[in-house]
Amino acid sequence: MSMDKTINVLIVDDYKTMLRIIRNLLKQIDFNNVEEASDGAEALAKLRSGNFGLVISDWNMQPMTGLQLLQEVRADTRLKGMPFIMVTAESKVENVVAAKQAGVSNYIVKPFNAETLREKIEKVLLHG
Amino acid sequence: MADRTARPDVALAQRLAAIRERYAGTDPDMVADVVRAVLATMSGDLTAQETSLLSEVESLGQIIASAKSEIAALRMDDITASDIPFATDELDAIIQHTASATHAILESCETLDAVGEHLAGEPATKLQDATTRIYEACSFQDITGQRITKVVNTLKAIETKVCQLVLTFGEPGSDTAIETGAQGEAALLNGPQLPTMAMDQSDIDKLLASFE
Repeated sequence: MSMDKTINVLIVDDYKTMLRIIRNLLKQIDFNNVEEASDGAEALAKLRSGNFGLVISDWNMQPMTGLQLLQEVRADTRLKGMPFIMVTAESKVENVVAAKQAGVSNYIVKPFNAETLREKIEKVLLHG
Repeated sequence: MADRTARPDVALAQRLAAIRERYAGTDPDMVADVVRAVLATMSGDLTAQETSLLSEVESLGQIIASAKSEIAALRMDDITASDIPFATDELDAIIQHTASATHAILESCETLDAVGEHLAGEPATKLQDATTRIYEACSFQDITGQRITKVVNTLKAIETKVCQLVLTFGEPGSDTAIETGAQGEAALLNGPQLPTMAMDQSDIDKLLASFE
């Protein structure tokens, strides 16, 4: 069973550098349909008006954090099943627990490499 | 309650600690004045031990007064108007310069990727592996940026504490409200951990798996 790499992926980060890095890494593993949002509110608006198959989001953003974005996504009837990967420098146990309780699909700690990104995307898209 | 069997200096320290706790907002200068006035009226009526004890109290009063003068002499305007803003501006400049350099690296890397699309076989694979490593390495800019932001916030917290200290000694009875720790989700936003304190990806994977 292989991943559908034609899905639309939304990447969310307030660091333009990180958006650019994640976009390029996704391109290298053949995910070419990538859109960007620089905070949670913009991401939510794009998710509600678009057709995405995966969200990869930073946590530490203003005014809406990645955790709040995740909670909004899980509370939205149409979006609640959306695969959602948190990519963040927050690496404390309580962060992972809070993200899991909010319904995160997987969690990647920064700095990360392309293989970790590919592995987590595969796990989320193939195994839910 | 002070231990009356302890040595006089220990007992005095305990007694003073209890008094400090009980009258936390009291102006130290006022206390020193009162002690001096009491000493002046009591001379001649005291035992040798009491005289020694009161002499210690007087010394303590002088130390407090001296500390107050030193704190009042701090050039608060320099700290708030130039020292800390200068330090935070320098750190902001570091973030901007590294961001600019990182974007230049990424741009060159994207050019290499575009060239690689016209290659085939081993050269194409090698080039893509190399650009992948560059993209991964460039994420340092995000991590260092977050670390520097933490340092800037710490500097601002120090500035606030110094202000409170000077205000407390400069204006007796002034409000010295201490800022409280972050609550709720804000308490979770701590940025990158030091390598010795951090969980790595395998730790996080194990933690996530424990929920399943």
